[in-house]
Amino acid sequence: MTTHTFRVTITRKEGLSDPEGTTARKALHDLGYSGVGDVSFGRIIAIEVEAENVASARSRVEEMCTKLLANPVIETFGIESLDVEDSAIESVT
Amino acid sequence: MTIAVVVFPGTNCEHDIVHALRLVGAEPEIVWHTETDLAGVAGAVLPGGFAHGDYVRTGAIARFSPVMTEIERLAASGTPILGICNGFQILCEAGLLPGALVANRDLKFICKPVHLRVESTDSILTSAATVGQVLRIPLNSYEGQFVATDIDTIEDADEVILRYCDPEGVTGTYSNPNGSTNAIAGITNAARNVAGLMPHPERASETILGSNDGMVMIESFVESVQRVRA
Repeated sequence: MTTHTFRVTITRKEGLSDPEGTTARKALHDLGYSGVGDVSFGRIIAIEVEAENVASARSRVEEMCTKLLANPVIETFGIESLDVEDSAIESVT
Repeated sequence: MTIAVVVFPGTNCEHDIVHALRLVGAEPEIVWHTETDLAGVAGAVLPGGFAHGDYVRTGAIARFSPVMTEIERLAASGTPILGICNGFQILCEAGLLPGALVANRDLKFICKPVHLRVESTDSILTSAATVGQVLRIPLNSYEGQFVATDIDTIEDADEVILRYCDPEGVTGTYSNPNGSTNAIAGITNAARNVAGLMPHPERASETILGSNDGMVMIESFVESVQRVRA
């Protein structure tokens, strides 16, 4: 068993209200930044999991996201391995 | 005819709803969230508050409290289940009601009386009201903005039971305090035995509190419990 570290990024599904993002976008325009499109805010969760290998650890984190960490009704999540040998980003809806 | 009033760590409106239920002769009983047997319960209310500190998301941890297995069983068997404010958020997280509640449009906690228009009387919360009736009820929430990706499905199924409106019953941006999609303040499920709303009808239960407009909802709920029981 080894410890695997992941960074989970949770964002609101497209088309749903994100007042913080909308307000930040307006503020960026006011500051003179042109060409700023959609701005959306989310949450980052760092999580350590003990498992046989990174694939099994990742699938457990996916399950944790679906069950508790994210709300599949309104949110999507991405899981990024912070293990040195595996840094691929996977997105799951 | 016992109505369970479910209390999670952080729930804080249980005594208000117990008082309001007693005003119409109901027999509420406070139930701790670790309860695993609600046999004999004729209805249940999930009151407002901050269950489990609202950590992760409002209602996200509460939906896994032991008592929720029983709430899900009761909901599936047609028993009236009502969620108020935080209770509404928990029912959405549990998948017993559609959609979700997120931070208010203006990112401010809102604590003020609002007006609600009754959209449908086919629910355990509005059966004693009339369509178009305007009620003045306190709202007290930060995560009160109702959102859903399948909003058309919810509208087409007539599952919207309450909308924010002005005192004349007209909906619009300025009478929608938290930016809820289609000004939705309260909804029901497809089977119409589960309902949730963000405002607090139990805080408008006597004129001395500024309004007793909430009592038509409390009466609807208790009558629904009696009807199902009978």
